Amino acid sequence: MPIAEPLDPARARRIAVVRLHVNGQAYAVAAPTHWTLLELLRYQLGLVGSKQGCDKGDCGACTVLLDGLPTLSCITLALSAEGRHVETVEGLGVGGEPHPLQRQFAERGAAQCGFCTPGMLMSSAHYLDELGRAASPVVRQQDIAAALGGNLCRCTGYTKIFEAVQAAADETCDRARALADGPGGAA
Amino acid sequence: MLRLPVFDVAAPDKLTDALRSLADSQAGARPLGGGTDLLPNVKLGQTRMAMALLLRGVGELRGIERRGDNLWLGAGNTLAQVAQDEQVRDALPALAHAASRVASPQIRNMATLGGNLCLDTRCRYINQSEFWRQALGGCLKSHGSECHVVPGGQGCVAALSSDTAPALIAYDATVEIASWRDEGVQTREVPLAELYDSDGTRHVRLESTELLVGVRAPVPGLNVRVGHRKWAVRKSIDFPLISVALRLELDGALAAGGKLVVGVLGPRPRVLDLKAFAGRALAPDFARDLGQLAFDRCRPLPNVPYDAEYRRERLPVEVRRLALSLFGDQAAQS
Repeated sequence: MPIAEPLDPARARRIAVVRLHVNGQAYAVAAPTHWTLLELLRYQLGLVGSKQGCDKGDCGACTVLLDGLPTLSCITLALSAEGRHVETVEGLGVGGEPHPLQRQFAERGAAQCGFCTPGMLMSSAHYLDELGRAASPVVRQQDIAAALGGNLCRCTGYTKIFEAVQAAADETCDRARALADGPGGAA
Repeated sequence: MLRLPVFDVAAPDKLTDALRSLADSQAGARPLGGGTDLLPNVKLGQTRMAMALLLRGVGELRGIERRGDNLWLGAGNTLAQVAQDEQVRDALPALAHAASRVASPQIRNMATLGGNLCLDTRCRYINQSEFWRQALGGCLKSHGSECHVVPGGQGCVAALSSDTAPALIAYDATVEIASWRDEGVQTREVPLAELYDSDGTRHVRLESTELLVGVRAPVPGLNVRVGHRKWAVRKSIDFPLISVALRLELDGALAAGGKLVVGVLGPRPRVLDLKAFAGRALAPDFARDLGQLAFDRCRPLPNVPYDAEYRRERLPVEVRRLALSLFGDQAAQS
């Protein structure tokens, strides 16, 4: 397992065990107390999907869902995640199948260099979660822009990203309506 | 990569334990709410700590509740919670607006109200990495004696970028401060406007042993209107370049007084009294005069990004638009 810095025994009292759930699986991970959640995910669990971009909370490339809410893992201490649920981009697809967002991002060319993509996907996934919970979901461009307001992309100009999220959101709404209509309904 | 230096972490779940940690001068603990201001500042070498005191688990810092004529907000509520809370939107809509305009969705999910009120000051020089700053040498706020944003400046004028502070000052809010002394919890309450000092190196008047526990804001009656307006280059993530709040007290259809609170000028929000405008009708010329007041009494400095002269010209425009939004239909009719 790659470790960013040697775990110096002299600093042993500054190493703690963090118990948390990542993508549905329970872990107990030893980490230095000054490590961020992003460092724990990347260097102790090998989950390198979440990216270390600006590393100070500006760019959103490190966005994960912490107890369901988009959170910047580069400025969250690993110990702050004690007892909580973390979802990373690695947990988006199920059983080898890409998540609808991932499929739409790929089909619509919503990534160029791809560095911002994991963060974009996690912020979008939360937007889709909220949309799926709404009593009468409506997909609005300004809501998508607001949901992605904390994620910077230096390549695409955002147009393709918004289109991909919009398409996945439309799918979510269609599914919600089909469910509301019940089996054998108009959908 | 910006790595954090080594420090200890304590995660109390009771206020008394948190206050005891702060009272222990050997521990060198710093309160950490959401960490969205403190951790980047530690990464950039602007501040240091021997121990991070995680306040997330302290139940006494959470909750938003009506207490008599006041709305009480725990300092540990996230800005997203403040922005979305029905009671806040109903009773203190300008605070909900200010909280909803801070930074980005992720940061609002993490950052706390107490943290936004105790936000460290920043300027074009200090808000850079330690490596970058070394090229120019230290400044008044960082191991030096020279100001790099206001040449010849004798005092640190780094700006408070809080959006919730101007809004809460306009609501006449007070803050509850607690500390551990003489084997017990000591509390004091101060008007929020008096929490701030004009020295950018120590602009929050809190001892290192003290913790901001909550905010109490009197719920305005029907004769009071409060609004907040922010201008930044981008709609998301950016710190405000102008953040203003306006409190308008009415006597019937006419103005009776109030205050204009202007943020991001320097280390503390500027509060301008509006008693002189008593008797004015809520008409466009009153809104223009409020803008002129801001222009005459406030001078944006080259401390934050963007041209200071442009900010100076823009300030009265933002104040006028804010006033017109509070006048509502009455301005349109006159």
